[in-house]
Amino acid sequence: MKDLLQSYQSDGFYDEVFFPSGDVRPAYRSFINDLQAISLDELRAKQHAAERTYIARGITFNVYSEGEGVERTMPFDLLPRIVSAEEWSGIERGLIQRVRALDAFLDDVYGKKLVIKDKVVPQEIIESSSGYLKACEGIHPPRNRWVNISGIDLIRHSDGHYYVLEDNCRVPSGVSYVLENREIMKRVFPGVFERTHVCPVNTYPLRLLEMLEYLSDVPEPNVVVLTPGIYNSAYFEHSFLAQQMGVELVEGRDLVVDNGVCCMRTTRGLKQVDVIYRRVDDESLDPQVFRSDSLLGVPGLFDVYRKGRVVLANAPGTGVADDKVICAFVPDMIRYYLHEDPVLPNVPTYLCWRPQEREHVIANIEKMVVKESGQSGGYGMLVGSASTRAQQEDFIGKIRKDPRNYIAQPIMALSRVPTLIGNGLEGRHVDLRPFILFGKEPLVLSGGLTRVALCKGSLVVNSSQGGGSKDTWVLSNAEGSVDHA
Amino acid sequence: MLSRVADSIYWMNRCIERAENYARFMDVNISLSIDLPRDLPEQWQPLVRVTGDDILFESQYGEYSREAVVEFLTFNRNNPNSILSCLTQARENARTVREIISSEMWRQINELYLSVKDMTMKRHGNLSDLYRDIKNGTHLFNGIMDSTLMHNESYHFANLGRLLERADKTARIIDMKYFYLLPRIEDVGTAIDLLQWSALLKSTSAYEVYRKKYGGMDFRNILELLVFDREFPRAIHFSLLEADRSLHAISGAPVGAFGNAAEKELGKIIARFSFNDVDDVVHHGLHEYLDDFQVRLNCLGEEIFHTFFNQVH
Repeated sequence: MKDLLQSYQSDGFYDEVFFPSGDVRPAYRSFINDLQAISLDELRAKQHAAERTYIARGITFNVYSEGEGVERTMPFDLLPRIVSAEEWSGIERGLIQRVRALDAFLDDVYGKKLVIKDKVVPQEIIESSSGYLKACEGIHPPRNRWVNISGIDLIRHSDGHYYVLEDNCRVPSGVSYVLENREIMKRVFPGVFERTHVCPVNTYPLRLLEMLEYLSDVPEPNVVVLTPGIYNSAYFEHSFLAQQMGVELVEGRDLVVDNGVCCMRTTRGLKQVDVIYRRVDDESLDPQVFRSDSLLGVPGLFDVYRKGRVVLANAPGTGVADDKVICAFVPDMIRYYLHEDPVLPNVPTYLCWRPQEREHVIANIEKMVVKESGQSGGYGMLVGSASTRAQQEDFIGKIRKDPRNYIAQPIMALSRVPTLIGNGLEGRHVDLRPFILFGKEPLVLSGGLTRVALCKGSLVVNSSQGGGSKDTWVLSNAEGSVDHA
Repeated sequence: MLSRVADSIYWMNRCIERAENYARFMDVNISLSIDLPRDLPEQWQPLVRVTGDDILFESQYGEYSREAVVEFLTFNRNNPNSILSCLTQARENARTVREIISSEMWRQINELYLSVKDMTMKRHGNLSDLYRDIKNGTHLFNGIMDSTLMHNESYHFANLGRLLERADKTARIIDMKYFYLLPRIEDVGTAIDLLQWSALLKSTSAYEVYRKKYGGMDFRNILELLVFDREFPRAIHFSLLEADRSLHAISGAPVGAFGNAAEKELGKIIARFSFNDVDDVVHHGLHEYLDDFQVRLNCLGEEIFHTFFNQVH
């Protein structure tokens, strides 16, 4: 691989592996040394073996738009993204701070609403958010925790700094890939892990279970994972987490409200459920309170929750924090609730709701990424530089019609990581989704999902839009890598 | 355990066992077509008759040719009982209980499914090898299950599904003889008749056992082994006794008594095999005897459904 590494081009982007001078960054030195010793053929054989393992293990997601029974594996690239211990500690501090502020915001916005009274976040923005659930007002979830599991998407810009792209406080997915990618990497590069001190990620399911149990008052609570079922694209993850935690995976039809508590139907009758790690959306949780046509939820569940007889994690109502307009206020929330300066800045965001910013966005749309505030997964967005004038006009029309629902951000030059493409290494843009558990104290998983836009030049990393993933190594020593003689 | 999970495990194992038995059906005929004298036409219709899907077959194909029957019973996705359909259903069931079964079990059913699906797309290769691979694949699955799954409720639901399906399919394999045509009525007891019987024995892995236990080919002894034997693992009686043990392990009620409708129904079926012999079968008529058994098995299936999978609270 020596010659391939030498001929690799950074093309003026921030490269995670190489300095602009072409020298290898400290965190990558050990790995790149190992990589130089193997041939392209060997690497490709390893890549092939990894892909086969994904198929044999059935680590797949369903794609509905392409007809019945189409299963895909998430494309996986062998070359890891490596983060030094020092850099990670900054990220970790920023994430913990952010999750604390988001949690405080949710408790406030469904409670005393001081954040509105003190004019930190405008009332009309909150009340017009599709994630804001009136039914949750006045509710105190167990231990007063709302955001029990979150994934916060970060990017690194050309200035070398990390920025928050968006928060996922509802049902973030991807952690199973973090764990499975690592298992496969350990098998494919066994020796490398002996020479590089990478923080393990495999304790996540245990920590998740501990956090869920902490939320309940019941000693030895009965914890379950609630899935929408096998046709959900994240089904693999739901069953994976249930299996790794050693708890039951249930569907809505397995649960029933009986005598004021939530129970599951077993071969020996009903058994009470105490904690539900639900991977079902808020709107589908209980047809009596939310969407009445949903078959995924449990009639009467919300009432049991409101009376404190079952724990739902995350708490219903967290979607308001995922609203891309409200996301823009998170730095203000950090100052307001924690009296601290934000460690991780947001990607600069223009709110089309504000007339001045709206006009700026419309005038400069070809330099912007425009996003619908309530959407995720790479849907409902326009990348100005990669769109036609007609598409831009279409979005301008949408913005004018419903300005509250659109935000815009400058096109950020996402950092790149060398990726095996065909017979060579090419730089591809990446982002990073770390996962944070918040029971008693926030806990950041030392790793995360590095998503990579595999199409040349593309900035869209979502798996639904042709993105793949890479293993993310957080190094455990301060030097960034272990010297080896 | 969850009723839905018990249901999935039960059906996952029924489907796998069904796929294995279909592979055995096919194997009988392929070996028969090799052994039979050249002037006799190959008989493919009995295979479809015995599965009970002949109307479905005739709605899709013209005549009972080798190609059509192989396609229908092995790869046809519109036949819910074809090997590929069974493996698809087994895999879908496995997927819904992935967190309950061992990851080795999931992996084996996934790989087995993928290999047959692959064969469907390529549609070439040796069929005998394919059926052998399917049998080996399901044996491997059973072995993995036996040695990696806790022998608790989930195992017993798995075993129940597997053994009831096996009892049913052994009955159908024997019944296949009823549908095989002999060239002339006086061919009963001739070389051709015996060839057909030995093919059936081979398809149930009973040929060597039979030779050791009984020696020469005799219709009554063959029935004794395949229907009434308590030790031969593919015999109907053996399968039912094992299924009964699992059924009682689930409820905790002692074997020989019953605590629910499913146990009562299975107990009645077993009593019949325990206190019948080949004379009763002959007296009743082989085909009618087996037919009656299958009707009772269906009733048992319904009782299992109501007792465990669909309780009304």
